[in-house]
Amino acid sequence: MRQHKLALCAEHYLEWIPEQTERFIKKYAMFTRGEKILVAVSGGKDSLSLWDILVRLGYRADGLYLALGIDAGIGYSRESQRLTEKFAAERNLTLHVADIEKTYGKSIPAFAEISRRGQGRPCSVCGLVKRHEMNRIARDFGYDVLATGHNLDDEAAVLFANTLVWSEEYLLRQGPVLPGSDGLARKVKPLCRFYEREMTAYAIARGIEYIYEECPFADGSQSIFYKETLNRLETARPGAKLTFYLNFLEARRSGHLFIDRNTAQIQLHPCPNCGQATSAPGLCSFCRMIEKTKNSP
Amino acid sequence: MIAKLILRDKVYEVKAGMSLLSALRKIDVLPESVIAVRDGEMITDDEILRPGDEVKLVAVISGG
Repeated sequence: MRQHKLALCAEHYLEWIPEQTERFIKKYAMFTRGEKILVAVSGGKDSLSLWDILVRLGYRADGLYLALGIDAGIGYSRESQRLTEKFAAERNLTLHVADIEKTYGKSIPAFAEISRRGQGRPCSVCGLVKRHEMNRIARDFGYDVLATGHNLDDEAAVLFANTLVWSEEYLLRQGPVLPGSDGLARKVKPLCRFYEREMTAYAIARGIEYIYEECPFADGSQSIFYKETLNRLETARPGAKLTFYLNFLEARRSGHLFIDRNTAQIQLHPCPNCGQATSAPGLCSFCRMIEKTKNSP
Repeated sequence: MIAKLILRDKVYEVKAGMSLLSALRKIDVLPESVIAVRDGEMITDDEILRPGDEVKLVAVISGG
């Protein structure tokens, strides 16, 4: 790990990652041992590793898998679900499975096609549905907090994208903890300071069986392009991604960014249909999409 | 005397005796984007590739 000037054997690496995770949980006041945590698991290396780490640390963590109905000729969602269920069964963990098509009548690709969101890619609809469903299920089952497996590369890529266009609203909301409100569960990212490479190494060293194939719709996506761009920077300047993200968090915390002055202007409203918070009065984006697509086969 | 680097369905042949980091640069793969596994063990960038080595490169980038 050039960014930390640190080299560890597998045995100590498997201790170091959970120790550091615990440090980040406390540093950012994500949750306590008395709280119920719902971990959003996709079958990928990050989310399964996060679940593994939280359970090892003694937290009360259950899993949530969203069956998105992405097939693309390789049965992507089916295989992701199989690996997630196997992971949970082998460790005797509680896993909630929510099937989008069974609940709402259409798969993610079908929603994307009918609603015409996302310029031919289902990624926008996928993100919208995942955020809505994770929040709904966390609330319905009485979880205190929703944990996702976002790593440093995920966070740095989003920060890079939002910085390129100076998206104040998104910059304001980005961080290790998104506080809960009436219609939204608290969201936390305990892995946000680990490089994607570090999490892959953890999953391999721990022997976690995860889905190796990328989502078939991810090829050529903006987030992957930004990750590759940042990796070129990282190769030339070890530690650049971590510095980029941590200095952003510090600037935001200390009020040195312009966005702090606008905090008071951002007001959320409850959606009249589902009750979740939304940035504009009226139906939220998810309910608008459901309304728009409900008469399509 | 060669060593093989395998990334998904691609096989690259490089000269044994060079470091993994040099080999990755030679085949134009960013070190940050892969984890190298030899005989089931992860190896670091400064590891010297041996003749006959078959090193699996596990892609680390995911997302969409």
